[in-house]
Amino acid sequence: MSMASAVVEEPMTRKAAKTGASYVLTKPHLEQLLQSLADSGYKVIGPTVRDGAIVYEPLNSIDQLPAGWTDEQQAGKYRLRRRQDNALFGYVVGPHSWKKFLYPPARRLWQAERRPKGFRLVPEEPAKTRYAFVGVRACELHAIALQDEVLLHGQYPDPDYQARRENLLLVAVNCTQAGGNCFCASMNTGPKASSGFDLALTESLQGSRHSVLVEVGTDRGAEILSRVPHEEATDNDKQAAESAIADAARHMGRTLDTHGVKELLYRNSESPQWDNVAARCLSCANCTMVCPTCFCATVEDTTDLSGSHAERWRRWDSCFTVDFSYIHGGSVRATPRSRYRQWMTHKLASWIDQFGSSGCVGCGRCITWCPVGIDITAEVRVLRENDAGSPATDPSRSPA
Amino acid sequence: MATIVEQLATVGLVPEPMLSTPYRIQRVKQETDDTFTLELAPADSGEGHAFAPGQFNMLYVYGVGEVPISISSDPGDSPVIQHTTRVVGTVTKAMRLLKRGDMLGIRGPYGTHWPVENATGRDIVIVAGGIGLAPLRPALYRLMAQREKYRKIVLLYGTRTPEDILYRHELEHWRGKFDLEIQVTVDRAASTWRSNVGVVTSMIPRAPFDPSNTAAFICGPEVMMRFTAMELQKRGVAMDRTFVSMERNMKCGIGLCGHCQFGPVFTCKDGPVFSFDRIAALLGRAEV
Amino acid sequence: MTVHTLEPIIQATPFFQGMEDRHIELITGCARNVRFDEGVTIFHEGDAADQFYLIRGGLVAVQFMVPHRGLTTILTVGEGEILGWSWLFPPYRWHFDARTQQPTHALAFDGKCLRTKCEDDHDLGYEIFKRFMQVVNERLESTRLQLLDIYGNNR
Repeated sequence: MSMASAVVEEPMTRKAAKTGASYVLTKPHLEQLLQSLADSGYKVIGPTVRDGAIVYEPLNSIDQLPAGWTDEQQAGKYRLRRRQDNALFGYVVGPHSWKKFLYPPARRLWQAERRPKGFRLVPEEPAKTRYAFVGVRACELHAIALQDEVLLHGQYPDPDYQARRENLLLVAVNCTQAGGNCFCASMNTGPKASSGFDLALTESLQGSRHSVLVEVGTDRGAEILSRVPHEEATDNDKQAAESAIADAARHMGRTLDTHGVKELLYRNSESPQWDNVAARCLSCANCTMVCPTCFCATVEDTTDLSGSHAERWRRWDSCFTVDFSYIHGGSVRATPRSRYRQWMTHKLASWIDQFGSSGCVGCGRCITWCPVGIDITAEVRVLRENDAGSPATDPSRSPA
Repeated sequence: MATIVEQLATVGLVPEPMLSTPYRIQRVKQETDDTFTLELAPADSGEGHAFAPGQFNMLYVYGVGEVPISISSDPGDSPVIQHTTRVVGTVTKAMRLLKRGDMLGIRGPYGTHWPVENATGRDIVIVAGGIGLAPLRPALYRLMAQREKYRKIVLLYGTRTPEDILYRHELEHWRGKFDLEIQVTVDRAASTWRSNVGVVTSMIPRAPFDPSNTAAFICGPEVMMRFTAMELQKRGVAMDRTFVSMERNMKCGIGLCGHCQFGPVFTCKDGPVFSFDRIAALLGRAEV
Repeated sequence: MTVHTLEPIIQATPFFQGMEDRHIELITGCARNVRFDEGVTIFHEGDAADQFYLIRGGLVAVQFMVPHRGLTTILTVGEGEILGWSWLFPPYRWHFDARTQQPTHALAFDGKCLRTKCEDDHDLGYEIFKRFMQVVNERLESTRLQLLDIYGNNR
């Protein structure tokens, strides 16, 4: 456990932080915040540099944060670059999303033991780990909320997801610069974290002053913050933060016009544009792996060689695989064209009918990590330009 | 989000929906050369679950895998249930090798059902193709249990050859005992078959029902359901009183894995029974 | 006489619905009542196709002799349905066997007689062909569905 050097204990009493209020922390205090989380029994996860990317991993200290790093993202491209300053949160999102921890890529659901007259099933206990996510972007807060809708609010909630969410502490970070593929402003999911967090940080570097504005979202957040030295935020502090966030909103890397996008996709299901994108798409499934809202999974039933022990596992899956829609000796979506169409239509259109909002949060990961650089915002644009017809002549009405 | 999490904390953790309940096989019956029926009851005198006609279970064969299969028995016999299935893959192949007394894992019942209760006072037309008769059989039992609530009941059943006719004795029994019109046809037959040969859709124009007051339940291969709905519509049956049962790849059966999506609907929870008008546009499109 | 008895019957059948009286009269002149017991082969593949039948009751099987498979029924024709259109096309020969599955009664129409009348009266010809095309259309659609072998094993 490493501590930031020169931690200075404030001689004044720790005032209780109030929900809804804003405070300011210095770098050493941020380190104490991390420690406070760890001391409270949270497993802290946050961004760190590994293998040329900023990923989410267990954090012991703010020393592990990508200080002085930023990410350059374009269609099919991701590079880390050194910043001129030492900002701790001066980047956007990388190949990992928080679903890695809330809905793990592989999870055993139960084990079975063969018995003389059958078998006995032993379910897996839901996770007991209490996670604290540090560095959650506004788009990611929305992504978590979208997955809540699928995995918690249906008729059959997932107990492991529920356990992980129930114990989860969220420390958000407001983006003060937009990424090259970001379009959260178009999707109304950022760059400002407006709700769904316990604490929200906005970093500020002014000359030699490196501080973090902390907005308290919940009583739980207030309790955590109360154990760490903090000062009341001034109006200047708050305005500077708002300003920086608004600046990010004005400099989004991309835009997506969401007006009538559901109907647009439904009525253009036979657009020649699908052939166009199919000629490029490799069906590699990268987009679904990095997308923070994609939830499709498969179930694998396995057995050991002796047959005395069997297990059921759940693993991430992707609608881009040929087998995904396999039934009766063949796949319903046999062509990459139909599978790309499925993914994009689901994400931007069907999701709205299924869950009440768009499935896309504008994080841009699918654009960054597509090996051939397919850009979902550009695809929407092309569909609009070649739109088959107005809603009045829509032959493919969306089912109720 | 904090509010939701707090709510959950007070409710307590939910049960694991992917955990199968053990059932025991009471009977195995070979129906045709590739189709068989399992009769099952909860192991260790468990209570089982009541089901509605048209619903399905996820059946787990130890160490092999899990598949969705419609329940094909009389809901009144619950907790004893029957599943009729064809051998089409690894799991059903392994299932066929199971014997009386063997254990099977069951999750369910899931999905929407044939809205028999909404069709009282109407003529009922049931059109089954091949193994599609299996998910309709519970509906037939329900209808016959309350025969007086319905007017004419017509069953049109088409299958490949006479050797593929399911529940043959039962059909004879129903024909004799209840006021229900049953017409069976096959796609082709040896000359020893004395009854109808031809597609099941060709029986619709002359079937004895009043289209203006009819509810229709259709189950069979997708092509057959499409053409059947078309013939019914030609006769004037309302498409929001016509119901079909869809099938798609399913891994969880509970709306979480995403595999069974068909356009915007989940076959496992918005279906498998759908009113035809809801999905007509989707059925007409390829690779949806 | 038979002609007078059959005219109202022919007029009332759905197949001839909408035809003018003078055409009905022409058709009736080519028609007669027929009855078959169960298990009777009405005609064999290769026989001269000099007539067609409008089934009024019973069931007729359309059958082919397939080596190694035996006599195979691919269609049954029942009440209200038309059996046969080979009388319309040279060489006017039946392409299948027709065998009654039940006691059957039908109207048999003399094909040669009707063909001649259609040549003389093209309006009649058009009405006849319109109706027969509809039958051919329905049979083709049914045949296509049977060809798809939808209940099969997807091989």
